[in-house]
Amino acid sequence: MNAPMTWIRRNLVIVLGIFVLVYTFVPIFVVVLMSFNAPRSRNVYSFDGFTLDNWLNPCTDKSMCDAVVRSVEIGLLATLAATILGTLAAFALVRHRFAGRSATNLLIFLPMAAPEIVMGSSLLALFVSAGFAGQLGFWTILIAHIMFCLSFVVVTVRARLAGMDDNLEQAAQDLYATPAQTFWRVTFPLVFPGILGAALLSFSLSFDDFIITNLNAGTTTTFPMYVWGVAQRGVPMQVNVIGTVMFVISIAIVLGAEARNRRQRRAAAS
Amino acid sequence: MRRSRTGYILLLPGLLWLLLFFVVPFYSLLATSLYDPAGSDFRGYEMTYHVVNYVDAVRDYWRPLLRSLLYGGVATAFCLVLGYVLAYAIAFKAGRWKNLMLVLVIAPFFTSFLVRTLSWKLILADDGFIVNTLQALQILGDDGRLLATPVAVVAGLTYNFLPFMVLPLFASLDKIDHRLIEASSDLYAHPIVGFFKVTWPLSLPGVVSGTLLTFIPAVGDYINAELLGSPNQRMIGGIIQSLFTDANDYPAAAALSVILMVLIVVMVLFYVRRAGTEELL
Repeated sequence: MNAPMTWIRRNLVIVLGIFVLVYTFVPIFVVVLMSFNAPRSRNVYSFDGFTLDNWLNPCTDKSMCDAVVRSVEIGLLATLAATILGTLAAFALVRHRFAGRSATNLLIFLPMAAPEIVMGSSLLALFVSAGFAGQLGFWTILIAHIMFCLSFVVVTVRARLAGMDDNLEQAAQDLYATPAQTFWRVTFPLVFPGILGAALLSFSLSFDDFIITNLNAGTTTTFPMYVWGVAQRGVPMQVNVIGTVMFVISIAIVLGAEARNRRQRRAAAS
Repeated sequence: MRRSRTGYILLLPGLLWLLLFFVVPFYSLLATSLYDPAGSDFRGYEMTYHVVNYVDAVRDYWRPLLRSLLYGGVATAFCLVLGYVLAYAIAFKAGRWKNLMLVLVIAPFFTSFLVRTLSWKLILADDGFIVNTLQALQILGDDGRLLATPVAVVAGLTYNFLPFMVLPLFASLDKIDHRLIEASSDLYAHPIVGFFKVTWPLSLPGVVSGTLLTFIPAVGDYINAELLGSPNQRMIGGIIQSLFTDANDYPAAAALSVILMVLIVVMVLFYVRRAGTEELL
């Protein structure tokens, strides 16, 4: 008697869960669809016809492509710097004992919790009172991005390091590996997936940031700022091409990592 | 664990960066909020301990302030309901699809925030499928609309901050020992009773951190309000932003920013104390 009830209940949860999941994909579907749209006018909100034009000529509006390139540049530099600084800090936090540990942990947690508008406006206040009001642009954006990516890197790498078995390192040392050899041949390869994950996260955070960037950008334009600028006067359909490309690339990376994990697990099991 | 100088050397560069570009700026923000509002970006500001800036900011902008807290709160509540269902399904029912489903939760959010929000503008458009359906069902009047209403803003906020809720909820639901739930049903607890007596309390750390991670950015966000709402739905972030970049009224903008942060901190402390979880950090 109870069995069908349980069956329904069990499936209700998964069905509802899939509904929520589908809901998160609705706008992606629209973005992909619109990237093939041939609109009648610029300020259009309907699908008027199929075309490949947007994909073949993504840079009709050159300022959009310039903005994308700038976002990629800033993203790469911010990722590089945040990943290096953050990885070093994560090693320090997991592997070394020192005074002020909980204060440090708090300092690393806060940028992830603080509202972006407050972080952005306080950085702007700093730049202005330091006399950089006229120099807002590439470098101030970069400084801001490194700041907010840093915490995410520390947390991601720290999780990987903390979950790591140190038997392998001890074995290497038992086999007379020097500390440097142990680090480069054992520790680093083991932590590397965590560092890579942190770097990918940094890049996407940096590429996507609008609120902090907009406050500290001066006249420099990044991709999100470009989208913001054209939102009122009609968005060129090529914006959807960029959105689709971002989605495809990130899904390929994540699924690739997942496939690699599965293969490793299967190899470890056999 | 070694106690050595190496630890400090490794930590120093990152820590300095955070001190210089995260902590020090707060001091600048506080100082700016007390400047004489008669100054300008061009002529420079004078520090006059103008506490009146705060009074003016509250008097002029209490409506968008309250509205932001309200929208952020309602969106967080929706996120909690939707996110709990999704996280529960992934943690308990997904089996070997668990990792794939987690990937699918995050994947849409790697596409630009702004592009996604703009596509909601399309979905909720006046002649769109959703509005037409709601009109056909008589839920929405014939001249009713979703765009440029609080509904659209809250819907956008709910959508954009959902993963911040799902991930911590999943983390704490996934840790629950299934034997505890089985034990409750062995003791003849109805599944619903079992849920409220076992699963829900054990998932509270996830509920608390998910709520905070959703509420804080949602209150400060203004992209949804500006793209999906009308001037009647402006949120405080948008006002701070335009005071800084359009009106060049730095002291007022800084004062509002400080007020927003203080409000959030007070609410968070109150909430954390009520929810009573200490393993937050």
